Amino acid sequence: MPQKALPYLLLLPATLFLLVFFVYPFLQIAILAFSGPEGFTLKPFLTMATHWKFQTTLSNTILLTAIIVPIQLVLALSMASIVAKLKTGRNTILYIFTIPLGLSDLAAGIIWLAIFEQSGFLNSMLVGLGLTERPMLFLGYQNLWMIFVAVILAEVWRATAIVMVILVSGMGLIPKEYYEAAEVFGAGPWKRFTKVTLPMLRPSLQTALILRTIAAFEVFAVVVALGGTTLPVLMGETFNWQFALSDRNVAAAYALVILVISIASTLFFLRVLRTPKGATI
Amino acid sequence: MKRTLRTLASAMLAISMAAFTAGAANAQVLFWSSQAAPVEETQKVREQVLKGFEGVDFQPQEPGPFITRIEAEMAAGSGSIGVVGGLHGDLSRYADNWVDLSDVDLAGIAVSPAFLELGKLGTTEQKYLPWMQATYVMAANKQALEYLPDGADLNALTYDQVIAWAKAMAEGTGSPKFGFPAGPKGLKHRFFQGFLLPAYTGSEVTKFRSAEAEEAWNKFKELWQYTNPASTNYDFMQEPLLTGDVWLAFDHIARLGEAFNQKPDDFVAFPAPAGPKGRAFMPVLAGMAIPKSAPDVDAAKALVKYMMQPETQAATLVATNFFPVTDATLPADLPASAKALGPAVTAMTSASDALPALLPVGLGDLGGQFNQVYIDTFERAVLGGQDLRQVLDQQAETLRALMVQANAPCWLPDQPSEGPCPVE
Repeated sequence: MPQKALPYLLLLPATLFLLVFFVYPFLQIAILAFSGPEGFTLKPFLTMATHWKFQTTLSNTILLTAIIVPIQLVLALSMASIVAKLKTGRNTILYIFTIPLGLSDLAAGIIWLAIFEQSGFLNSMLVGLGLTERPMLFLGYQNLWMIFVAVILAEVWRATAIVMVILVSGMGLIPKEYYEAAEVFGAGPWKRFTKVTLPMLRPSLQTALILRTIAAFEVFAVVVALGGTTLPVLMGETFNWQFALSDRNVAAAYALVILVISIASTLFFLRVLRTPKGATI
Repeated sequence: MKRTLRTLASAMLAISMAAFTAGAANAQVLFWSSQAAPVEETQKVREQVLKGFEGVDFQPQEPGPFITRIEAEMAAGSGSIGVVGGLHGDLSRYADNWVDLSDVDLAGIAVSPAFLELGKLGTTEQKYLPWMQATYVMAANKQALEYLPDGADLNALTYDQVIAWAKAMAEGTGSPKFGFPAGPKGLKHRFFQGFLLPAYTGSEVTKFRSAEAEEAWNKFKELWQYTNPASTNYDFMQEPLLTGDVWLAFDHIARLGEAFNQKPDDFVAFPAPAGPKGRAFMPVLAGMAIPKSAPDVDAAKALVKYMMQPETQAATLVATNFFPVTDATLPADLPASAKALGPAVTAMTSASDALPALLPVGLGDLGGQFNQVYIDTFERAVLGGQDLRQVLDQQAETLRALMVQANAPCWLPDQPSEGPCPVE
């Protein structure tokens, strides 16, 4: 067998896997979203867009993403800078930071539910310290903002580490010479961060932001655990239409909406954070 | 390269071996159920109810996956499900898919004739055999009884008395003590469909947007002021009853049972309240059917027969809090839940003003969307505070479209209709 064929042969399993488990279901979903009993139709999209919950669902999802991703970015940048600076104990700190990554999102949601519940840790603490008389209901339908805050906390706690891991490896690739040169010209730590680290980190930032934003649009288990159906998000409605309302066409339409905004945000980050030609390390 | 190929080949072999062993393990009858899905109930059914039957694999599911697999096996024309256990509404969707069960030997067992008739699904064949029955009742902590309005009879409450009771508790204890299963998996829609609305309108569908319906929802909004706001997180009322967050609650008997089993002396059970049109309640009937694609129909029929035996029916009551559909004699050592809930169920179903309102019939896979109409009305008018008249008018449109799409005639308590059930 010619040596030339080897790379393709090695790529074959992954390609087959993607074709069977990603491209094929995707095509099916796309067909479902545009079909009804009478053949091709836009009805699933119409049903989706005119449903009284759709607006709230869409804005909740986008708002959550718009808050969670920037917080995670800032936190991850500072965590990565700390880890990159460390001489001793670097691995220990890295392990501690990445512990939440090992949890499923549902488990993370349940952990935070245990904190915020009416009989949860936070309430027992407040009552124990005598700050409140009786347990408060944090996650009720009247305090939508509180559910919002809880979801944001849980998501930030759970998924910031993945951004950090990507940034740490990106920082490791930046040659020391740039920092030395900057120091020679009298640049302080902040200046070095904004003028050397950030620009050199572009490719890693791009990857991290794309991954996190797509995942944030798909937020589901954490929201379900903390807010039930009180805080509707796109993924939750997709699930609801598929299983509770057994209308897979509308569910497919929701799935396509998630896909479209995910692709849009990916293209946005690819364009905004592109590395100019010839500027690679 | 040769080595790569050899590794690949052995991997393929391993995969096919694994598939083969999985196939061989399928000799058991797969009992596919939408009932007894909570993990404690599943365990009890497996260990206590089915212990006398060799070779059965009891697999309860959430409603969505439950239906999806039945439909997938129907579409494929072959399958591995042996027995389907589901509600009347689930089973009536697929009448053509079930084997005739009239030759299952039920000698010496008196099955409720009304339920057997329902199991024919309007055909001449016995499409399913009734399995077990349940309904919804009220439960109260005994501490709540001191706030019971004067002259109120626990077994003959009205909605106004329940509201007065909830109000007295909220004012007396300083926090709302009425609880309602409005969580994501709570059965709130059944309360609106089978209890609140029929009690005021005598109808489940036809009078959805009538003035009487508006009155019913306004009564519920009044009750909601004295309802623990954490209710939107409650799925099973037995939990808040046990913690004491709630003193008075409405729920399915299977979702109240644990409260009575754990603290039998703390709680009382009694019928749902009555409205101007009567004491509306929703009977729940579960049945067992055998798909035409079942791998071993005889083994499946043997399992169905086993499930109908008096001892199995009594064990089912203990495991699931669903009552027998036969004349099975109940053991003396019944758990506290069955002892407390049984009389409440009887008091409700045999009340002089009893008004049964059935679970949706003939909606096919639109059942979920039908429920959503009632859930949406609740979320918009009660939780969201939107204008009730407007919400009812809009949701009535959705409901009408659903009825036309399903071409479903009215069911009790609505008057029989020609064609789809009208929404006035």
